Amino acid sequence: MISKPFMHAENIILKRGGVTVLDIPQFYVPQSRILALIGPNGAGKSTLLLMLAGLLKPEQGKIFFQETPVETRADLAMLRRHVSVVFQEPLLLNSNVFENVALGLKFRSMSKAAIKNRVQKALDYFGIRHLEKRSARALSGGEAKRVSLARAFAIEPQMLLLDEAFNSLDPPSRETIIEDLKQILEETKITAVLALHDREETLRLAQDVTVMNSGKVVQSGTTTEIFNRPDSEFVAGFVGTETILDGTVSACSNGNLIVSVQNKEIEAIGQCSIGQKVLCCLRPENVIISREIQDKTSSRNVLEARITKVIRQGFFNKLILDCGFPLVAYITIPSFEELGITQGMTVIASFKATSVHVIPREK
Amino acid sequence: MELIIQGIIKAFELLVTFDPEVLGITWLSLKISGTATLISLFIGVSIGTAVALNNFFGKKIVISIINTGMGLPPVVVGLFVTIFIWRNGPFGFLEILYTPTAIIVAQAIIATPIVMGISLASIQNLSPNLRLQILSLGASRLQMVWVLIKEAKLPLLAAVMAGFGGVISEVGASIMVGGNIRGYSRVLTTATVMETGKGNFDIAIALSIILLLLAFLVNYLLTLIQQRQHPR
Repeated sequence: MISKPFMHAENIILKRGGVTVLDIPQFYVPQSRILALIGPNGAGKSTLLLMLAGLLKPEQGKIFFQETPVETRADLAMLRRHVSVVFQEPLLLNSNVFENVALGLKFRSMSKAAIKNRVQKALDYFGIRHLEKRSARALSGGEAKRVSLARAFAIEPQMLLLDEAFNSLDPPSRETIIEDLKQILEETKITAVLALHDREETLRLAQDVTVMNSGKVVQSGTTTEIFNRPDSEFVAGFVGTETILDGTVSACSNGNLIVSVQNKEIEAIGQCSIGQKVLCCLRPENVIISREIQDKTSSRNVLEARITKVIRQGFFNKLILDCGFPLVAYITIPSFEELGITQGMTVIASFKATSVHVIPREK
Repeated sequence: MELIIQGIIKAFELLVTFDPEVLGITWLSLKISGTATLISLFIGVSIGTAVALNNFFGKKIVISIINTGMGLPPVVVGLFVTIFIWRNGPFGFLEILYTPTAIIVAQAIIATPIVMGISLASIQNLSPNLRLQILSLGASRLQMVWVLIKEAKLPLLAAVMAGFGGVISEVGASIMVGGNIRGYSRVLTTATVMETGKGNFDIAIALSIILLLLAFLVNYLLTLIQQRQHPR
C-alpha cells in the first residue's frame, strides 16, 4: 500500500449461523485514498463495511483505527464517531430534509447555529439546498440518495463507508450523483471504502481495489494493477480482460485526444481538458497485430511492440505485449500461424482511436 | 317501534341539553379509560420496544404470549383482579374493590398487551439497517432507541388508540371490579347495561351514541395513520 494505513484488520474471522462469512488475515485501508471493495453478491463486502464502521464485532481478530486497537464497547463508540456509513437504502427518518441531515450533529449536542451551518454546507455539496424544508416522504430516489450522502458528510467524518448505493437509481441521476460524489471525495481528501459491483464505477471512483470472494480477500492493489494484472481466473473474470492505462491528456481538440501514457502517446476520442488524468481502456479483441507497418490505415494508434508472453486460450491466443506500456491482444490460431509469431519477437500493434474508452479521473 | 323512536328523540334531547347525569358518566369514563391507557402506554411501549430490539432465547414464545394477551377477555381480567383485591385477597389491604381505581387497574391490564403488541410490531417493522444507520451517525444506545420510538410514533399512536378503544368499550371487568355505583364508578358501558335492563332506552341510546362517536373517532384516526405515506 502506498500510504500508511488509516485502519487495518488482522486475522479476522466472523461466523454467522455456523458459516464463516469473513476470513481475512490482513486488510488495510490506506489513508486519504479511495478503496473499492468488489466481488459478487455474498462475497462479504457489506459485512466487512459494517465491521470497519464499528457496528459489528468480529469473533476473532483485531481491528486497528489509526494503529490503536478497537476492542471495548467504548472503542467501538469512538470509532463510530469518526466514521460515516451510507447504506444501500437511504434510510431517512420521517421528517424534513434539514432534520435528516442534522441527525448526526444533534447526537453530538452541537449548538443550533453550528448545526445549521454544517447542514447547509452539506446540502450545498450535494446541490440540494432547495430541498431543505421538503418532507423526506416527498423525495425522488435520487434526491433521497443525495440527502443520505449529505447526512453522512455533515458530521465531517474522517472516513466514509459506502455500500453499493447507486443500484436502484435511474441512469441519469446515478451518473450525476457519481460525478458529484467523486468531486467531493477528491476535494475533501477523505479516506473512503466503497463496496461497488460495477467495474465502470470502480474505475471512475477508486484508486485502490480489493477483490473479495466468499468472505476472503482474493487480490488487493491499485486499480490499474488489479485490472491489468489479475492474478487469478476469478479476478480476471470479474474485472474483465481490458488493458487499462493511466495517462494524462496532453492535447485536445474537437473531441480528439492525445493521452500520454508512460512516454508514449495514445490517440483517443472524448471530452477532456489538457492535463487531466484519465484511464484508457482497450479491449484485447480490438488490437490488430501485423508484421510491418501498413502505409494506409484508419488506425490512429500504430505502435511497435515486443511479445512478452503467448497464452493459449482455446480457439485463440492471448498475447501480452510490451510497447512501452503493457498491452493485451487476442489473435486467432490461423492468424497466429500465418504471421509466424513467437515469444520475444517484435510486431506492430495497432488500434483505432474510437476503440479506446477514456474514463476521466481527478482533475 | 314507537318506543324506539321516542327513545332516540329523548336521547338527542339528553345529548343537546348536556344532561348532567350523562355528562358525568361520560367524563368519568374518559378519565378512567384515559388513565388506564396512559399506564399501558408506559409499560407497553417500553417492554414492546425492548422485546423488539433484543434477541434472546424464547423471543418467539414471548411475542406469541403478548399477541395472545391482545385478545384477553375482559371478564377473565375482571375475575382475577377481583380475586386479588377481594378483602381477603393478596391485595385486599388496598381496599380498592368497587372503586374507579380498581377499574383503572383492570383496564390497564386489558390495554397493556394491546399497546405492547402493536408497538413491538411497529418497531420491528422499521428497517433493521435503520438502527445501524442511527448508531453509525454517532448515537448512543439510548439516543438510538429514542429516535426509533419517534420514528414509529404514528403506529405507536395507533397502539394507544387501539388500547383506548378496547377499554372504553369494555363492560365485563368494569362492572365486576367497579360495581357500577352511581356517580362514583358508573361508566358508559356499565350504565348502558343497567339502563337497558331497567327499560330506560332513552338514556341507554344516548350513552350508546356517545360510545359509537368515540369508537368512530378512534377508528377514523387509525385509518388516517394507516393511509399515510412512508419515506424512502
